[in-house]
Amino acid sequence: MKKLTRRIDKERLLLGLAAPLLALVAALVVTALVILATGKNPGEAFSEMGSYGIASDSQVYILNKATTYYLAGIAVAIGFRMNLFNIGVDGQYRLAAFIAAVLGGALTAPGWIAIPLIILCAMATGALWAGIAGFLKVTRGVSEVISTIMLNAIATSVIAYLLQPGKLAELDEAGTTVRTTPLPKSSYFFSIDTGPSGILWGFLFVAVIVGIAYWFVLGRTRFGFDLRTVGQSETAAAASGVSVKRMVATSMLISGAVAGLIGMPTLLNDSHTFSNDFPAGIGFTGIAIALLGRNSPIGIALGALLWGFLERTTNHLEFEGYDKEILGVIQGVIVLSVVIAYEVVRRYGLKRQQQRVGAELAAQAAATTKKQEVA
Amino acid sequence: MHALCGENGAGKSTLMKILYGMQQPDEGTIIVDGEQVTFHNPADAIARGIGMVHQHFMLADNLTVLENIVLGAERLYGIGAKARAKVKEISDAYGLNVRPDVLMEQLGVADRQRVEILKVLYRGAKTLILDEPTAVLVPQEVDALFDNLRELKAEGLTVIFISHKLGEVLSVADEITVIRRGTTVGTADPKTTTTKQLAELMVGSELPTPETEESTVTDVPLLKVEGLHLTQTDLDGVERIILDQIDFTIHKGEVLGIAGVEGNGQSELVEAIMGIRTPDAGSITLDGTDISQLPTRRRRESGVGYIPEDRHRHGLLLEAPLWENRILGHVTERPNSRGGLLDLKAARTDTERIVEAYDVRTPGIEVTAASLSGGNQQKLIVGREMSHKPKLLIAAHPTRGVDVGAQAAIWDHIREARREGLAVLLISADLDELIGLSDTLRVMYRGRLVADADPATITPEELGSAMTGAASGHLEHPEQTEDDDR
Repeated sequence: MKKLTRRIDKERLLLGLAAPLLALVAALVVTALVILATGKNPGEAFSEMGSYGIASDSQVYILNKATTYYLAGIAVAIGFRMNLFNIGVDGQYRLAAFIAAVLGGALTAPGWIAIPLIILCAMATGALWAGIAGFLKVTRGVSEVISTIMLNAIATSVIAYLLQPGKLAELDEAGTTVRTTPLPKSSYFFSIDTGPSGILWGFLFVAVIVGIAYWFVLGRTRFGFDLRTVGQSETAAAASGVSVKRMVATSMLISGAVAGLIGMPTLLNDSHTFSNDFPAGIGFTGIAIALLGRNSPIGIALGALLWGFLERTTNHLEFEGYDKEILGVIQGVIVLSVVIAYEVVRRYGLKRQQQRVGAELAAQAAATTKKQEVA
Repeated sequence: MHALCGENGAGKSTLMKILYGMQQPDEGTIIVDGEQVTFHNPADAIARGIGMVHQHFMLADNLTVLENIVLGAERLYGIGAKARAKVKEISDAYGLNVRPDVLMEQLGVADRQRVEILKVLYRGAKTLILDEPTAVLVPQEVDALFDNLRELKAEGLTVIFISHKLGEVLSVADEITVIRRGTTVGTADPKTTTTKQLAELMVGSELPTPETEESTVTDVPLLKVEGLHLTQTDLDGVERIILDQIDFTIHKGEVLGIAGVEGNGQSELVEAIMGIRTPDAGSITLDGTDISQLPTRRRRESGVGYIPEDRHRHGLLLEAPLWENRILGHVTERPNSRGGLLDLKAARTDTERIVEAYDVRTPGIEVTAASLSGGNQQKLIVGREMSHKPKLLIAAHPTRGVDVGAQAAIWDHIREARREGLAVLLISADLDELIGLSDTLRVMYRGRLVADADPATITPEELGSAMTGAASGHLEHPEQTEDDDR
């Protein structure tokens, strides 16, 4: 009995690894074909990417990028675990970062007060923005996919309206960029200077804490169990005593709050202000990463690192004379193959388990009958 | 007419799926009319004259009977007069009495089943597979169905049917094949076999009887339902009364059985008591406390166990491991959690205990619920609900789709808990089960409790007539006529 359980577990692990590996291999093959089609040597390109990607300054860059992506992946994954498709992470984090930047610029309090305030403000803004979609879904049955897409557009307009000199923004010293008042030095988040390799953002540690919290809350608490139950079967959840509507609203709020954190590494560790060139579209990256990481805290981390690596190295390829669109191709193919590979592997796994259980039971039965015959 | 019997999980459904091309066999051959064939999908099977009537009907409610029959087979006879003539012809030939222009939603279960059979015949089937065709029918309807099937047989068609009800199998089949754990364990001749022998062949054990022993009913009321009323507005804006003035009391140690054709408000009644549906009026009192306003979770915590009628939709997380399914519905209670935190170790240990105590046949507790057979899934649910010492157990079709062995085990568990003062609300389509387990019987028809009966004297036939609305009030048993052969 024990042995079989172990075997199934081992197999499950293997199957779990099989899907992303399959997807990566498929992506590599397709990318190689694309590079070949442009008349270049894919082997060279890949080795160039590899050697450049592991350089120490690249490592720091990738870690910094991955911090942002990880938070985005977790924000989306919270929705996914509930069967909610929070496309609005993008609007949520941009609006949150903007409002938080405005607040941060206006605060003169010491850092130990200001930084938590800025972070809380961002989380609250994100939660509020996501909460609108949650509220509409619970009360009016509006699909969260539709409402969050709309809210993304609205967030863009709201930011564009408020990000003007005289409203909540100002011109920078050079007079070329519109931005919010920069944060005072005291409100910078701590960072680690690694010397020539660059500066490692301290927000990395917050991302790690968020990841641990995500794992703990979902896997070890009653609340997390309820949330996963709703995600797996709304009917079973309702029958088991979970208020599905309340759960939808709550998880939307949490997803939005985590989305609010996405802009924080950039704001507190890097730009210290919100301007028109504040990174956009990370919410969508988060969807890809959550898919890639299969909503698992470790998987999302690996996905985020991979995304950072790809960005760093394909940027470099551009200097070497390759087309920079290769990045988009690789990312797109990875996401597509991941979705397909997971579904294929999941179905195969379920079927295989059923067969194994059947076979094992038949063997057990055969054993007992034999025993009876002997006796 | 060939009947296929076997315990749940024995492989009956899988075998039928292979015959109908829904699943591919690893090895072995299928021979139709002396010719070896392979089916890649149901279309291949249909082309060979094999048709299947599923346990759950696949019909569109908003279409007429004719439209439902023609749907997907338009190429055969078109959708006009020719198709209508063909439907009429088949219907008359086999005495199916199908009215082509009635909307499907106006038909009862038995009529729907006839439409399903006609659908299959319309596609030219010479071999009919019926998956538990009698599970949803009352005895009178079962007899009518069997008459239809005999008609088909007389016309030279082959019928394969799957059933758990051994009495029916013996009365209607010409040949019986029994399978156990995926292999044929024997064939039986219905003329010379008794139900007991057949059951022993199936499970290798005694045939269980749902006889309750001495009454354990006390006079302490545990669940009191008063004036429960529920209406629902359907898509056309018409208000339909689902539950109409439901009143009943269940005492400690009492099993109240509710008989009725499915769809007469039983599911809604259960959901109203569980707090999944909010009734328009009425009160529900559990052990002296009014629980009408409590959410589902509080009701469960205050001692209501629930065996849902559709275990896949309401009772299990199919893709989650068994131990997570053990937590489902009782996440706030020990041993599953302490404070706000889950106690995974205790939950796992307790799952092992349930698997052991309730004879859930599984290689371990880490496998998903979906990989267990229906009977074992049900045993897990029963074990889970009983583990929290409920005061009231709501059991909706507790042994549906469960083999004889598991059925006996589940009945035993209910009886044992009843002796300790458990009150049970039993809803079932299996009249033998209802009569055997219940202390009091009520009949539900169109949202009302129309009749009551004493399970000690009532027969399934009498109950059946009340279920179709033909009789109401207190059902008295005409003393001398029926003998107790059931």
